[in-house]
Amino acid sequence: MNYIPNILFAIALISGIGYFATNVKKLIRNLKLGRDVDVSDNKSQRWRNMAMIALGQSKMVKRPIAGFLHVIVYVGFVIINIEVLEIILDGLFGTHRLFSTVLPASVYGFLIGSFEILAALVFVSVIIFWMRRNIIKIKRFWSKEMTSWPKNDANFILYFEMVLMTLFLVMNATDVHFQAMDTGNIISQHITSWFGNTSSETFHIIERTAWWLHILGILVFLNYLYFSKHLHILLAFPNTFYGKTRPKGQFDNNEAVTKEVKMMMDPNIDPFAAQPEGSVTDTPAKFGASDVQDLNWVQLLNAYTCTECGRCTSECPANKTGKKLSPRKIMMDTRDRLEEVGKNIDANKGMFKDDGKQLLDDYITREELWACTTCNACVEACPVSIDPLSIIMDMRRYLVMEQSAAPMELNNMMTNVENNGAPWPYNQMDRLNWKNE
Amino acid sequence: MENIKVPTMAEFMAEGKQPEVLFWVGCAGSFDDRAKKITKALVRILNKANVEFAVLGTEESCTGDPAKRSGNEFLFQMQAVTNIEVMNAYEIKKIVTACPHCFNTIKNEYPGLGGKYEVMHHTQFLKSLLDEGRLSIEGGQFKGKRITFHDPCYLGRANNVYEAPRELIRKLDAELIEMKSCKSRGLCCGAGGAQMFKEPEKGDKDINIERTEQALETKPQIIAAGCPFCNTMMTDGIKGKEKESEVAVMDVAELIANAQDL
Ligand code: SF4
Ligand code: SF4
Repeated sequence: MNYIPNILFAIALISGIGYFATNVKKLIRNLKLGRDVDVSDNKSQRWRNMAMIALGQSKMVKRPIAGFLHVIVYVGFVIINIEVLEIILDGLFGTHRLFSTVLPASVYGFLIGSFEILAALVFVSVIIFWMRRNIIKIKRFWSKEMTSWPKNDANFILYFEMVLMTLFLVMNATDVHFQAMDTGNIISQHITSWFGNTSSETFHIIERTAWWLHILGILVFLNYLYFSKHLHILLAFPNTFYGKTRPKGQFDNNEAVTKEVKMMMDPNIDPFAAQPEGSVTDTPAKFGASDVQDLNWVQLLNAYTCTECGRCTSECPANKTGKKLSPRKIMMDTRDRLEEVGKNIDANKGMFKDDGKQLLDDYITREELWACTTCNACVEACPVSIDPLSIIMDMRRYLVMEQSAAPMELNNMMTNVENNGAPWPYNQMDRLNWKNE
Repeated sequence: MENIKVPTMAEFMAEGKQPEVLFWVGCAGSFDDRAKKITKALVRILNKANVEFAVLGTEESCTGDPAKRSGNEFLFQMQAVTNIEVMNAYEIKKIVTACPHCFNTIKNEYPGLGGKYEVMHHTQFLKSLLDEGRLSIEGGQFKGKRITFHDPCYLGRANNVYEAPRELIRKLDAELIEMKSCKSRGLCCGAGGAQMFKEPEKGDKDINIERTEQALETKPQIIAAGCPFCNTMMTDGIKGKEKESEVAVMDVAELIANAQDL
């Protein structure tokens, strides 16, 4: 017996999965560059969110057309992967359609039949997706931040899916043995006829070629994910789990600030007394965020999960009215900078070497940050529970608390709050005057 | 001077009594000329329904919301802790406010700093009075009027309150019409996140104009609001569109009070 195909297959499989594993490790390392954050609350709510939003696609269908098509591609993708299991076993053991020998013909036929229907539906959906992007040119796919790479990335994936689905159907269509079974070949039987009077020898060659290209394609796809917005097909699950569970309007209270404020307000504490040892480490080195390391790991996970769909930006009041702010860009910038920091660490033997750059200014400008109304429209719109607003807020905190760099009018407002207890220059003692006016 | 009763917490304390609810007036409600009218409308309704409420008066201070949303966590917490000290000293249990920003901040951000209260937006509170039979709502001059409700971000999306204001408007026998983007997809008026206090960043339109245009698409006679800042923004928008004579911007509390000539 000839073992060469089996060995080649095993090598392809191991290197494909191996390379993927190194990238997963890198991703986790990069996430850990972020600050720690407590996500132990609301466990049951978190599981529910993951089930509804990631598994159940509940947010996707808020936009019915895109949502419906996406559900087809998603279901197709997940279910057709059952077939990949058979392909892997066949490849390793040199069998042919292993499941057809263990499952009753009717069950096997039913399975492959549903895969074929799904493959055809996925194919059609992907074509519609492609047209929405490239022919209808839906606005949110053509904003400023959709530079060449994000645009190409989206199209590559669509081409990839078209090719994979075609290969799957061609593989079935040219499988003489499978066609002879005449069960489950709902779609592929029609494709067979396109080949006309091809000899069985040629059929075999085409079938083998399609089979190999299909599985190699899947391995390439798997490894493409790390570099693509398509990472969301994996990360949507943890991301919806770790997403915000409190009311959207509730922003975190910074604990270090709480300690300081309590100390200032407590008449029993002598502010000039020597600090007890260890207390210095309680205060973070810096308030807010000017670079990715200042964000927490959930915010970084958000960045890797972003699908670049632009639903957030298309709902953003600032963006709608021509301001520079785009919540999608906030997420893309965060990911790009995080990747840059990761590569820097790789290149410098595990240590980050200052590159004179940071997320603030080099990626996200102040003008963008100050345009936000904190309206939460982006958070509401995101189909995978990303919170661009939390990053905007952390960066504003850095600007105000570390740099005192708020716009002048806001500084005036804050001075008023501090002195008069109101954002306008009125006296607190006049607060009840309205009663007698 | 009109005949309204506005007791303070200090007065209640002096009599050794506790009010049913604290009315948190807020900075806009205390100082802004337009918002003061909303404050008084609410007071008249509360008086009419015999609600024993009190205000903090000169002991009230900004919740710190605009400072927090500007990024000044320190100033926010100073404000919060000061207010919490005052309210805890008075043993406040329940708060009603006509400002969604105060509502959100006290409800969500004060508990972590030691201020735990039951907090209601005035539309929720009025709805509860209605349900308990303590308040009746008549249509009056608003019967059959076309009214569209603009969702305040900090009431709607931030805290998922969409129905209370709408139910009150329906009780006026008015025709409630929804804008294209409403409820969880409602467009911001442009004031949130401390934008109220600064010039907008460069763009090709002001947000309140965009929202006003959306509201005008429904051909309303009245744009109902539930936030003093939204009210200002929408009023400016209507002025910008020179529609003041056709479209009025009114708070839900004003609708209810005016319908009964309170
Ligand atoms: S919260 Fe800020 S970034 Fe998000 S939609 Fe509103 S204005 Fe845009
Ligand atoms: S943040 Fe969410 S809504 Fe915005 S582009 Fe990314 S995935 Fe889409």
